Amino acid sequence: MTIQDKKLEAQEVPLSRRRFLGLLGKGAACAGAIVGAVGAGNALGAAEAGSGKHAYQQNDKQYAEAVNDPPKIPEYNWNDHQWAMGVDTTRCIGCLRCMEACKMENSVQMDANHNRTWVERYVYLEGSNTALIDSQADPKNIANAGSETKFRFDNRYKDAKVEKAFFVAKLCNQCEHPSCVEVCPTGATFKSKDGPVLIDTTYCIGCQYCVQACPYGARSFNESRGTAEKCNWCYHRITKGLNPACVEVCPTGSRVFGDRNDPESPVSLFIRNNHVQVLKPEMGNAPNVFYVGLDKEVV
Amino acid sequence: MEHVFEHVTPFVGYVYPNETDFPWSQLIVIYPYITGLVAGAFVISSLDHVFNIKSFAPISRFALLTALCFMIFAPSPLLFHLGQPTRAFNAVITPHWTSAMAAFGYVAGFYLCLLVLEVWFAFRADIVAMSKARTGIMGKIYGWLSLGSDDLSEHALAIDHKVARILSMIGIPAACGLHGYVGFVFGSLKTREWWSSDLMPVIFLLSAVGSGVGLVIVLYVIVSKFRKTPIIDETMRGLLYVMFTGVAIVMVIEGLEILEMFYKAREGIETVRELIAGPIWVGMYIQWGMSVFALLTTSALLVLNVHGKRLVTWLFLSGLAMMIGVLAMRWNVVIGGQELSKTMKGLLTFTPELFGRESLFTVLIISICPYAALWLVTKLLPPWGEKIEPESRAFDVHKLA
Ligand code: SF4
Ligand code: SF4
Repeated sequence: MTIQDKKLEAQEVPLSRRRFLGLLGKGAACAGAIVGAVGAGNALGAAEAGSGKHAYQQNDKQYAEAVNDPPKIPEYNWNDHQWAMGVDTTRCIGCLRCMEACKMENSVQMDANHNRTWVERYVYLEGSNTALIDSQADPKNIANAGSETKFRFDNRYKDAKVEKAFFVAKLCNQCEHPSCVEVCPTGATFKSKDGPVLIDTTYCIGCQYCVQACPYGARSFNESRGTAEKCNWCYHRITKGLNPACVEVCPTGSRVFGDRNDPESPVSLFIRNNHVQVLKPEMGNAPNVFYVGLDKEVV
Repeated sequence: MEHVFEHVTPFVGYVYPNETDFPWSQLIVIYPYITGLVAGAFVISSLDHVFNIKSFAPISRFALLTALCFMIFAPSPLLFHLGQPTRAFNAVITPHWTSAMAAFGYVAGFYLCLLVLEVWFAFRADIVAMSKARTGIMGKIYGWLSLGSDDLSEHALAIDHKVARILSMIGIPAACGLHGYVGFVFGSLKTREWWSSDLMPVIFLLSAVGSGVGLVIVLYVIVSKFRKTPIIDETMRGLLYVMFTGVAIVMVIEGLEILEMFYKAREGIETVRELIAGPIWVGMYIQWGMSVFALLTTSALLVLNVHGKRLVTWLFLSGLAMMIGVLAMRWNVVIGGQELSKTMKGLLTFTPELFGRESLFTVLIISICPYAALWLVTKLLPPWGEKIEPESRAFDVHKLA
C-alpha cells in the first residue's frame, strides 16, 4: 500500500451520502446550504426566483434568515479541534469541481472576480525557465467555456510542446497569524479557536482593508452585501462532522481535510507522511493549508 | 454570458482572480490628499501662532479656517467607500487596536475638536465684536457663537492668545501624527511591495505639507484678487521658503524610496519596472514633472531674489503645480499599489467609474465641498483682521431685504 493509497483510505467520506442529504435537510438554514453536485435543482430555482440575479446565489431572504437565526451547532466544542487542510498538487487534474461546489455551497457571487477557492494552472513550455500561469478567471478560459459559471480550463496548450504542467488549488489559508485579522478595524473578522478565520458579516463595515492585507488574494468583496467574503472551510459543515464542500467533491483526493488534534485524521497523516510546504512563508502568516508538490514558480 | 466582465479590471500576466475587483478606488486617493491639505494648511497657520513668525500673520487665521474646512470633509471619502457606511461607528465603539485603521475615528475626531477650539479662541474677539455690531438674526448667531463669553479686556484677550497658541502647539504633532498615520495605513501592509516601505509615513507627511502650502498660496492669491487687497510681499516670501523646503525634501525622499526598491531588487522587480512604465506612467510624469517644476521655480525665485508681481505669479504657479503633483502622487501610490498584483507576476489597469457611489463624480463633489465650506466660513468669520463695522454686514437680513 503506498502512502497515497493510505491517504485516500483515511480520507473516506465520513458519512454516507444519504445521511449527508438528510443532515442538509435539517440544517437548511445554514448559510448557503444548497450543495452542488447533489440535486440542487429545486433549491437553485428558488434562489434564482428570489434574487433574480445569479443562479445558486442565496437570495436576500435566505441570507437574512441565516444571519438572524444562525443554525445551532449541537455538541460542538471549538476547543477540541484544530482543523487543517492539505493540498496534493500532484493529484490535481484541474477539473474545477471544487470551485463549482464552493460557489454553490457558500453562495459566492457567480462572476469570475469573486472566489473563495480557485485553481491555478502552471505550464512550462519546452526550453522555458518560467511558467505560464492562468486560472479559470482568465478571459480566454471564460470565452472558451461560454460562461463564467461553467468552470473549465481551455485547451490552449494542445499543440504546444509542454515540458511540465501542474495545477495548484488555492483558498484561504486560515493563517495562524492572519494579516486580515490584524488589520480589521472593527474585529468583524477573527480567528476562531478551532482554526478557521471567520467574518461576522453583521458587523463588518466593508472597508476592505482585509482584502488589501491578505497576501494570498483569498478575500473578495461582496458588493451586494457590502461586506468582505472569504473561504471559511465550510464552517457550517465542519462543525457538524462533514468535510468542506471542495474536499467532498474532489474526485482525485487532491484536497485533504481533518483535525490535527487527531493524529490519525487525514490531514495529520498527510502532514506526517509528506514533505509539506506552505505558500509565501516569508510573509509570516503561518498558513494552515499545507501543500505537496509546490514549484518555484507558484505564487 | 450576461455577467462576464461586469467590473473586471483588465490585466496582463497573472493576477489572483479576486484582484480584478479593485478594493480601493479613487475615493481612497483623495482621502489622503484632503488630510494632507489639512496638515499643510495647519502648519502654515501655526508658524505665526506658535513660532511668532510675523510674515505669516496675515494669512495665519485664513490657513486655520482652511484646515478646519478641509478636515470636516476628510472622512467623507471613507464613508462613501464603505460597503456598510451605517456601521462606520463600529470601528469607534469596538476598535480593534491591532488595526492601523481602528484609530482613525479617534485621531480625526481629536483633531477636528482641536481645530474647532483653536478657531474659537483665535476668533473669539471678533465674534464678540460682531455680536455687538450686527443686528437681527446674525447678531444672535454671533452671540451664541461667543458662548456668552464677551469679556474683551486685555487680560481675557491675552488668555485667548495663550490658549490658541497652546492648542496650535498640540496641533503640530497632531497634524503630523494624523498624516504620518495615513502613511502608516499604507506603509504597514506587507502584502503590497509598492506600499510596504518604512519611508511611507514620512513621504506622506512631507508631501502633505507641500500640497497644503501650495493650497494656501493658491487660495491666498485668488482671494486677494477677488477682495482687491494687496498681496503682502513678505508673506509670499515666507510661503516661498516653506514651499522650497517642502518640495526639496520630499523629492529627495521619494527618490530614495524608489532607488532603494530598485537597488534591493527583490523578486518581481521587473513587474515594478513595468508598472512605472505601464499603468501609472502618466501619473509618474505628472508627479515628477510638477515636482521638478515647483522645485526649479522656487529655487529660481530664491536665487534671483524675486519680489512683487513676478513672485506672486510664479509662486502661484508652483503652488498649483505642487497641488497637482501631490494629487498625482496619491494616485500613483494608492492605485498604483493595487495595479501591481500581489503575485508580482501581473499588472492591472484601473479605470475609474464616471458616475455612481464610488466614482469620479463623487470625487468631484467631495473635492468642491471644502472650498464651498471655506467660502461660507470666511463670510461668517472674516479672517483678514479688518476692523469690524456695522456696514460690512455679510449675512445681514436687513441688507438682503
Ligand atoms: S489567507 Fe488571507 S484571508 Fe485567509 S486567513 Fe490568511 S490572511 Fe486572512
Ligand atoms: S471589510 Fe469588514 S472584515 Fe474586512 S477589515 Fe473591514 S470591517 Fe474588517
